[in-house]
Amino acid sequence: MASFGRFIRLAVGAWALLLLVTAAPAGAQQVNPTASAVKEQQLLQELNRIQGRVSIPDQRSGVLEQPQGREWREFRDVTLRWIGGIAILGMIAAIVIFYLTVGMVRLEAGRSGRTIVRFNAFERFVHWLTASCFIVLAISGLNITFGRPLLLPLIGFEAFSEWSQWAKFAHNYLSFPFTLGVVLIFLMWIGGNIPSKVDVEWAKRGGGLIGHDHPPAYRFNAGQKMIYWIVVIGGGLVAASGYALMFPFYGTGIEGMQMAQIVHSIVAVLFVAAMIAHIYIGTIGMEGAFEAMGSGEVDVNWAREHHSLWLDEQKARTGPNDGQPQPATAAAE
Amino acid sequence: MARMKFLCDADRCIECNACVTACKNEHEVPWGINRRRVVTINDGKPGERSISMACMHCTDAPCAAVCPVNCFYTTADAVVLHSKDLCIGCGYCFYACPFGAPQYPKVGNFGSRGKMDKCTYCAGGPEADGSKAEYEKYGANRLAEGKLPLCAEMCSTKSLLAGDGEIIAQIYKERVMKRGYGSGAWGWKTAYRETIES
Repeated sequence: MASFGRFIRLAVGAWALLLLVTAAPAGAQQVNPTASAVKEQQLLQELNRIQGRVSIPDQRSGVLEQPQGREWREFRDVTLRWIGGIAILGMIAAIVIFYLTVGMVRLEAGRSGRTIVRFNAFERFVHWLTASCFIVLAISGLNITFGRPLLLPLIGFEAFSEWSQWAKFAHNYLSFPFTLGVVLIFLMWIGGNIPSKVDVEWAKRGGGLIGHDHPPAYRFNAGQKMIYWIVVIGGGLVAASGYALMFPFYGTGIEGMQMAQIVHSIVAVLFVAAMIAHIYIGTIGMEGAFEAMGSGEVDVNWAREHHSLWLDEQKARTGPNDGQPQPATAAAE
Repeated sequence: MARMKFLCDADRCIECNACVTACKNEHEVPWGINRRRVVTINDGKPGERSISMACMHCTDAPCAAVCPVNCFYTTADAVVLHSKDLCIGCGYCFYACPFGAPQYPKVGNFGSRGKMDKCTYCAGGPEADGSKAEYEKYGANRLAEGKLPLCAEMCSTKSLLAGDGEIIAQIYKERVMKRGYGSGAWGWKTAYRETIES
């Protein structure tokens, strides 16, 4: 009987075990194994990107998803084209209207025939180094934003791609001499470009652009100072943001590069608009102005009308030789 | 025509990286470039998931929209491809891509960007299907041979699915129904602006 009792116990135990085993999966199905699992939408809401670990050497590929590229796309394809279009075409339109209504700012006293050194050879070299780089950078840069809708349909895919490839190389390489030019401009002309009380008066009288007014100015008037600071600050910003794009992942991630591209392109189109005005006033906008950066010597009457205080300074320095070319003193300014 | 998509069932991915290896080998992808990679989120913590990710061949692809030279095109199967002959290596597609798919070999001076490389959905490029020129630039064209992308084909757990979007969505839905859970179709909302309701 003892053995029968043992058999019964064994059988009941086996049944109980069997019940447990079969019941286990049924119980487990109540538990959701993904209850604690990471959720895509939740991760995106938290950080606007999803990042994890990768076992391949390229650690940057650990960023799984970053949907903000969509916003950047909207900026690049729509917003920037509006900003650039309005800034550049608006500036050109304003200049054309100004030129047609007011015309070239003439030398009221005519030419005296005597000249005075305004920019020495080094200053002119730095100016033209920066200017020539700027023109290539501006055209190749505008090509990236406006080339696809405007130029590509005209010349076709192959030709446009070939041109854009060279434009990209030019844009990248000329950034170096351009940056050097901006640095030299900053150091070379900082002395004459600190805003002062004279600028307030000059600005109040509208720079004498309209009518026959000639507000006094030292070597650089308020308008030129503005151009100077646009070049220094704008040039500094485009250089910094440009190098962030040229050397990806040196200190920036994708978001950083999107930001850099936004800064780079907005500053650049405004820079181009400002330089169009600068080119206008330095060429067909004002009689006798181009010579300052051409030969480096301006007519004394031009200096008297546009930079009276500067002319007085130069006269005081050069003494009785009124307005004789004195490269050394001009450079020291 | 089919609308080709990728779907990674994160509840099945075991981060074996076979898809990564298969892709590199099939297309002889240059050193330093990974058209596909496996990202593990919350590594070592409860709820950890691994997701295999490559170019998702987005609907209304952002890369194609921002390309300054318009080098992208979409095939009849809705696969997003590009021409390396037209690409100038500017990096814009890479700023716009939500999935970090475009990559650039460092071939230029100072390691500047060369022609962009990305997942082709094993569909080659604009050259003649199966030609040597196509293989050298883009890798194998399996789609032209009637085969699906190799990464998905050889996935050991059948986590990574490739094929017509509706069919793979159906497979995924059935899986979710059968096992009772699913962490969703990763990247679908961003890439295709739709997700799989299950």
